[in-house]
Amino acid sequence: MSETTSEAAPAQKASPGPDAPGPGTSRRGVGHLLRWDVLVTALLLVVFLGGSLTSPSFASAGNLSFALGDLGEIALIALAMTMLVVAAEVDLSVASVLGLSSALVGSLWDAGWSIETIIPLVIVVGAVCGLVNGLLVTRLGLPSLAVTIGTMALYRGLAYVVLGDRAIAEFPQQYASLAVDDVPGTPIPYPVALFVVLAVVTAIVLHSTGFGRSLFAIGSQEEAAFFAGIRVKRIKLVLFVLSGTIAAFAGVIFTLRYGSARADNGVGIELAVIAAVLIGGVDFDGGKGTLGGVIAGVLLIGLLRNLLMLNDVTTEIQSVVTGLLLIVSVLTPRLAAVIRQRRRLPAP
Amino acid sequence: MGETGPEQPTLALSHVSKAFGAVRALRDVSLELFAGEAHALAGENGAGKSTLVKTLAGVHRPDSGQVLLDGEPVVFHGPADAQQAGVAVIYQEPTLFPDLSVAENIFMGRQPRGGLGRIDRRTMNAEADKLFERLGVGLDPQRPARGLSIADQQLVEIAKALSRNARVLIMDEPTAALSGNEVARLFNVVKALREQGCAVLFISHRLDEIFELCQRVTTLRDGAWIAAEPVEGLTHEDLIRRMVGRDLDALYPKQETVAGEVALKVDRLTREGVFADVSFEVRRGEIVALAGLVGAGRSEVARAIFGIDRFDAGSVTVGGTRLPAASPTAAMAAGLALVPEDRRQQGLVMELSIERNIGLAGLRDLRKGPLISRAAERDRARDWAVRLQLKFGRLTDGVGVLSGGNQQKVVLAKWLATGPSVLIVDEPTRGIDVGTKAEVHRLLSELAAQGIAVLMISSDLPEVLGMADRVLVMHEGRIAAEIPRADATEESVMSAATGRAA
Repeated sequence: MSETTSEAAPAQKASPGPDAPGPGTSRRGVGHLLRWDVLVTALLLVVFLGGSLTSPSFASAGNLSFALGDLGEIALIALAMTMLVVAAEVDLSVASVLGLSSALVGSLWDAGWSIETIIPLVIVVGAVCGLVNGLLVTRLGLPSLAVTIGTMALYRGLAYVVLGDRAIAEFPQQYASLAVDDVPGTPIPYPVALFVVLAVVTAIVLHSTGFGRSLFAIGSQEEAAFFAGIRVKRIKLVLFVLSGTIAAFAGVIFTLRYGSARADNGVGIELAVIAAVLIGGVDFDGGKGTLGGVIAGVLLIGLLRNLLMLNDVTTEIQSVVTGLLLIVSVLTPRLAAVIRQRRRLPAP
Repeated sequence: MGETGPEQPTLALSHVSKAFGAVRALRDVSLELFAGEAHALAGENGAGKSTLVKTLAGVHRPDSGQVLLDGEPVVFHGPADAQQAGVAVIYQEPTLFPDLSVAENIFMGRQPRGGLGRIDRRTMNAEADKLFERLGVGLDPQRPARGLSIADQQLVEIAKALSRNARVLIMDEPTAALSGNEVARLFNVVKALREQGCAVLFISHRLDEIFELCQRVTTLRDGAWIAAEPVEGLTHEDLIRRMVGRDLDALYPKQETVAGEVALKVDRLTREGVFADVSFEVRRGEIVALAGLVGAGRSEVARAIFGIDRFDAGSVTVGGTRLPAASPTAAMAAGLALVPEDRRQQGLVMELSIERNIGLAGLRDLRKGPLISRAAERDRARDWAVRLQLKFGRLTDGVGVLSGGNQQKVVLAKWLATGPSVLIVDEPTRGIDVGTKAEVHRLLSELAAQGIAVLMISSDLPEVLGMADRVLVMHEGRIAAEIPRADATEESVMSAATGRAA
């Protein structure tokens, strides 16, 4: 009998969506160029050109191949992370799953297991790690940020339990070379080729399937998605399992690439992954983003790291740069939205 | 409107406008409340009544126009300012501190002090007694507020207002949840206050009450001022025409249909502490209304049927298939659709475009192989947008730019596109303009004629009476009455809704 709710509703959320059309008709032309992922791609080109000019070895095929290979794990994990963040969740435990995976590879190899047995086993462990995250988030309704900070410590701790302070090396050459060698006839390392294949698959899933559509709906308005019959919990569970699985697989590649299994492998790369995803234009609040943008973001992070390394910038400063990029990438779209709104005000 | 009389209105609004984003809740509205007079505010849901009340109560500040107190412009910076000025609002459901006594509730924050600054209970209770005497009711000031009926809680609120020397009493649908005797008692109280020189603003959906209690009536429609006139000499039909802007037949275009086989069967459905033992059937071609007071458990029943919430006992059968508990996906597969109560949170993904929203409930149908066919998605959206006469720029526009009525059409389109056999609509026309409201009613009528079973939850009594073949009335989580169309009147529905046997 009350109309309080009906009339109060517009007050709460009266502002139209951020991509509401302006009064003009030129939105398509200019708006398209100002799309975030296009901007990031432009920035990528600038970094590339800048790098070529300042550092003679930067643009060489050898260095680029190395830079790409060095980026492999981050790039792979970023694919799953993109889908999570679009659905307004996050997985901070990926680097620890990578470490646990690396520790298991080392410890089992040391115990005389064959690589053929170790790899599937380790990947299953990664899937279980993701399942635990997913169950805590979907069944108990805990926020994924908190859950995965917890499991970030937990899984890293398990990695130390498994391997301690030891470093296991001396993996058989044929496996190590799989992680570093180029696909015959190209300057593209195998992990990068794998990434390209998976990226294409992810892009299709995210942008052209019902599953992908569901992720955007969940990320923008979970309740409405649920009311539309989308299996929100199941989908989120799948995403976390996927994230754990990919992180474990990245751990295998990481171990073989460096030829060294250690419990502290990959410490901190979750930040690089999230930075790449956010720089790629995925909204941390969910519901917005493109995989093309994320790939540009991953490459941007990778080239920057490589460039800083070539110029003998210390890892500490590299970390500072990553952090700044992360903040700028979160801040810029908000600033842009505010400016756009200010500009729209004088219009009727 | 200036020439209303020799005396100054106690409280007045002069050419007030208020907008929330693109929604213009009030447009150039004026209102004059005189001492010793009960003034009715009439208008449909969404006409702007609540916004007007909140403006008088200091919750909203007008975008333009003035609030006048004793003829002087004032600015209420918040509810405290309005209270200070002697404006008191009695809401439909008061919020008292249940563990404090009635007197403590009345004097909250202003308790009379005795020696050493301690609260002087004796004086407080005596003062409260005096207030109730003035109101002509016998309530015990020392009893705890817990367990008081809503009617008694309202009296406590009125006593509180009097203790603050309120000169203007605003009552926002106070009778919606009251029984007949309670309404009579409230009216005696209001009449007494009026005679003591209070200005009263009274809001009710029951026209009889307006004619019984009030001297003047101001009518709003779609946020605009329509008329301010003496009640004497006005007929019910006059007032309805002012509120609706047309005759009622056009607003409720109910088609006669023949009820077919049972499409939805709900049997002894129970959710502990929310609703119990709810059984009913809806047949193809029927519109069945689920009426009742806010909080009677209507939306909760709909949510449980559709699988949003789990139920503890009972069963839901759609077209012969018994639904598993708590699975909207299974409910949809069986042919159920739910247009939810909260359009902006539950009905739509506000950030997505019109076409994506319409496609969202049917992602399975839009597939071509493993991929979504954008052409199919666009066709589906365009098809339904045209059929529902949606007013839109481009299908790729965000739904956030649409008006409330058009947003509701998108929600309807989303569900109708799934080809349901049973459509549940929860407050289908709440907060949308009269024109679109009539269109939604026509649509529901057509759908029923096409053989869809419609279950309509509505708090809008004229809508219930105008559209339903049968009315189920819920009271405190149970079905209190089932009334066929021929016997459904405001009185029969309300008496069942307020717990008096039908």
